[in-house]
Amino acid sequence: MFSYYLRLAIKSIRRHMVLSGLMVSAIGIGIGACMTVITVYYMMSGDPIPHKSADLFAVQLNAWEGPGPYDQEDADQIPELLTYIDATNLMESDIPDRSVAMHESGFTLDPANPDINPMLAIALFTTADFFAMFDVPFLYGGAWDDAADEAGASVAVIDFETNEEVFGGEDSVGQTLMLENNEVTVVGVLDRWEPVPRFYSAYNSSFGETNDVFIPLKVNQTWQKQNFGNTMCWGDTPMNSYDDFLNSECIWMEYWVELPTADQQSQFESYLAGYIVEQKKLGRFPIENAIAEIRNVTEWLEYNRVVSADFKVLVGLAIMFLAVCLLNTVALLLAKFSADAPRVGLRRALGASKATIFKQNLVEVGLIGVAGGVLGLALAWLGLQGVKAVNLGSYDQLATLDAKLVVFAIVVSLVAAVAAGLYPTWRICQVAPAAYLKTQ
Amino acid sequence: MLSMQHISKVYRTDLVETHALRDFSLDVGDGEFVAVTGASGSGKTTFLNIAGMLESFTSGTYMLDNEDVSGLNDNDRSKIRNQKIGFIFQSFNLIPDLDLFDNVDVPLRYRGLKAADRKERIQRALETVGLASRMKHVPAQLSGGQQQRVAIARALAGEPRFLLADEPTGNLDSLMARQVLDLLEEINEKGTTIIMVTHDPELARRAHRNVQVLDGQVTDFRPYEARPVAVEDSVPDVSEQIAPGA
Repeated sequence: MFSYYLRLAIKSIRRHMVLSGLMVSAIGIGIGACMTVITVYYMMSGDPIPHKSADLFAVQLNAWEGPGPYDQEDADQIPELLTYIDATNLMESDIPDRSVAMHESGFTLDPANPDINPMLAIALFTTADFFAMFDVPFLYGGAWDDAADEAGASVAVIDFETNEEVFGGEDSVGQTLMLENNEVTVVGVLDRWEPVPRFYSAYNSSFGETNDVFIPLKVNQTWQKQNFGNTMCWGDTPMNSYDDFLNSECIWMEYWVELPTADQQSQFESYLAGYIVEQKKLGRFPIENAIAEIRNVTEWLEYNRVVSADFKVLVGLAIMFLAVCLLNTVALLLAKFSADAPRVGLRRALGASKATIFKQNLVEVGLIGVAGGVLGLALAWLGLQGVKAVNLGSYDQLATLDAKLVVFAIVVSLVAAVAAGLYPTWRICQVAPAAYLKTQ
Repeated sequence: MLSMQHISKVYRTDLVETHALRDFSLDVGDGEFVAVTGASGSGKTTFLNIAGMLESFTSGTYMLDNEDVSGLNDNDRSKIRNQKIGFIFQSFNLIPDLDLFDNVDVPLRYRGLKAADRKERIQRALETVGLASRMKHVPAQLSGGQQQRVAIARALAGEPRFLLADEPTGNLDSLMARQVLDLLEEINEKGTTIIMVTHDPELARRAHRNVQVLDGQVTDFRPYEARPVAVEDSVPDVSEQIAPGA
């Protein structure tokens, strides 16, 4: 019977082209607006590394001694970044399977090929564990080894796009790169890797492209490049040299550990508590609530308010707009079904039960919903192009419809249309057949 | 057979109570051709709607094919309507954007018959009314008489026990009305019970029995020719038309 209902639905839609068009438009506009916002929200709030997000922890130490609370709006917030001293000290712990300290900096990358213009490269100074810890895929070569970390060797891993631009996508392992006046040898080239959100450095930049170049952390002791991320200092430590900066009470390092078992997590938390006690003995961490916290990936993204409260309100508004569109659809459906009452009366007289009429009309409503969903997807695509254009590239990864979202949009529009159609469909089933048979 | 005993039907609003049928009793045997006549507002159509289970009634009992149909739910009523009753309406009630095949197909769809069975029944029904060659035409391409024949084909395709006709020739000219009447007689001769509401004296005369309804009650059961003049006088629209030939 489904195919019969479908055929009748198509005929009915054709018969009421204007009303049907209005209904499809109402659903389409509602779905389009809703999907534009939901798509960005979905990408923002997604788990960027689902198979490991519960095992990876960002580490925080509250050594903040600045004037007033660390966060003026929320006194419970503690710093997201560590001092260089603490980051390098914590690296000594053998409790985590892996631990990674990192900070960003920038270079002018000067390709050897004179046909290629110099470009800005955002580098991440980090340790070799970074790649294994965050499951970063390699196209050529691999990460540098621990010896390179220890020695501060001038090696680099470059990302897929940089390799495309500088080496034309060829295997560039063993080639050299000039980062301003510093020469590095490429040991690895990443495959495409675009975690959304950019969780490993969510505090500095939650969205956008991953780093172009990855360099051993210790190298910067020699290069002494300025940190590109946030740097916050307190106290009156003299700052006459880069070494002074490294030994200062300035927070600027991001620090992650991999703790796959509950036992390791508990041990590491105890270790951090002990570390604070030891540092207090050395005259550091003088504040009363000097505490340490670890947060897994999901908690870390939430802590950093990757999805802002404003955006959540926007999602609510988009859903309300869809509800308004659906209310219009209810009114249009009531008008359309009222016009069809004589036909329903006839079908009831010829043996259609109320349940049969209900199913038949629900198929029509569903068909309108699917058509609305398709229109909504097209409008959502346009909306996302607008989001991209307005945000000048920083939302490129967020404003993208994937297969899951396409299916979601169709299912939402189908469910929304059927929900909107339940009352009008029920109403039309109550038609007393005899009332229309004389007047058809 | 169809048996109604002491049926009443009351339409109620906040202000008014209208008795459409009161103590209405009627038995119709298998294979009968019964004409129901009466003045406008006498309750003929209400009776037909109740007989066709298109309306409920306020009190009384209604046996259809030896089954008490008074307390059936919507699903069962629809099933009986679909399987045992065929309807013919004054205004044909064909669906304009369906071709003849699909129009006749409507009740068969609700019976859940297989495609091949439906096709065979539709062809047979349209052949019976002489319109098999117009299967792919839409109703607007047919004359009024042809449209009524399609409606009859739709009623016949389900092979109903009862055919309920409400003024089947009311919208037709005399020639077409006669053709439809001939067709109904032919159908009745094959065993289908026909109950027909009509103002048409020719139809009333050719029925086996004429039931006269007045103010929601049956007042006479006799064949048309056997009715006394006094009864005919109470139905002016009929008596006036038959007077010259009587």
